[in-house]
Amino acid sequence: MNTAEQTLDEILGLAAAHFRVPREKLRPDDDFFKTLGIDSLQTLDLLTKLENHFRVELPDYELQGVSDFRTLAGKIQARL
Amino acid sequence: MWGAMPGVTKDIQVTDGKAESKALSHGRGSGLSWSLADGVIELALHREPCNELGSASLEELEKFATALEGMQAKAHALVIHSAMKPGFCAGADLRELYQRSQAMEKAEAVKGVREFLERIHRVLNLIDAAPLTTIAAVHGVTFGGGFELALACDLIIADKMARFCFPELRLGLIPGFGGIPRLKRDLGNAVVRDLLLTGRSINATKAQQIGLVSQVVGEGEALRAARATAAQLGKFDRATAAAAKKFIKPIPQEELRREIDIFCELFARPAVQAGLRKFVESTDAQPYLP
Repeated sequence: MNTAEQTLDEILGLAAAHFRVPREKLRPDDDFFKTLGIDSLQTLDLLTKLENHFRVELPDYELQGVSDFRTLAGKIQARL
Repeated sequence: MWGAMPGVTKDIQVTDGKAESKALSHGRGSGLSWSLADGVIELALHREPCNELGSASLEELEKFATALEGMQAKAHALVIHSAMKPGFCAGADLRELYQRSQAMEKAEAVKGVREFLERIHRVLNLIDAAPLTTIAAVHGVTFGGGFELALACDLIIADKMARFCFPELRLGLIPGFGGIPRLKRDLGNAVVRDLLLTGRSINATKAQQIGLVSQVVGEGEALRAARATAAQLGKFDRATAAAAKKFIKPIPQEELRREIDIFCELFARPAVQAGLRKFVESTDAQPYLP
């Protein structure tokens, strides 16, 4: 099983690749809506990418209010 | 009234006008296009931003439904897909619904909503019961009315980035385009309740696990897979396929009618206007959640 740090690192890598942002520009405590400049439809894309990659189900309501990569990683880690 | 938008129907461009039957085999409106080739009808949705279903879309869908009745004797399959990048269909045009309902007395607004629902039910029931095999090739956002359109089809083939959701409770409403009866027809009640009552979205893999989606394919591959499936369907006798479909896929008429009644009862409540206004004005990342 992934460690929390591995999960966080994979999320950053996935987000960078999917939204074509240099990986080094993304930091764990960044507000990903601002850093990635994504709208609500792109947020759904990110959610689907994460679910497919980690093979977990992430109910939308558990992610409400989550806006930084570190907290997002914690939510995913709890379902691995 | 709700569905009245003069000009849309006449804007449908028929590209082959030699004979009536032939003329119906191609059509193009502002938000959708269809064509018939090799026994397969393809209906492409292409209204910005994500095929929201409002009065203009409804008029074009009605035009397509008329054409479908003319084409179905020559077709064995119908493939519905979206040409829009964000997804298959984001559902009802809530901005139009909000703006129009604001401009009317409540009783008039409810009457308009009922007329709209009855008209879209007629279209979706026709697709549901069509004597050919219908395939929704979906990707991305497949929410609300878009999910309901897919549910009217016999098969759903989903790109792995597709997401399904019934967000209507967030507005103080239930799905109104036949979603609940059709979902109930296809799936167990526990799943129906989960999707309806939590308003959460699920991905294509989950949708396949619960029996909603028949094939999950790679990104951008749903239409190709649907075309391959449609070609396979063409190898069978049409009348036999139609009989099999009629046997295993009854139209839940009574529940569909009840759904319209419940929707209209709920629509009359003040909470709906507040919910619509909040949605229209929302800048949230998840505007489909309360």
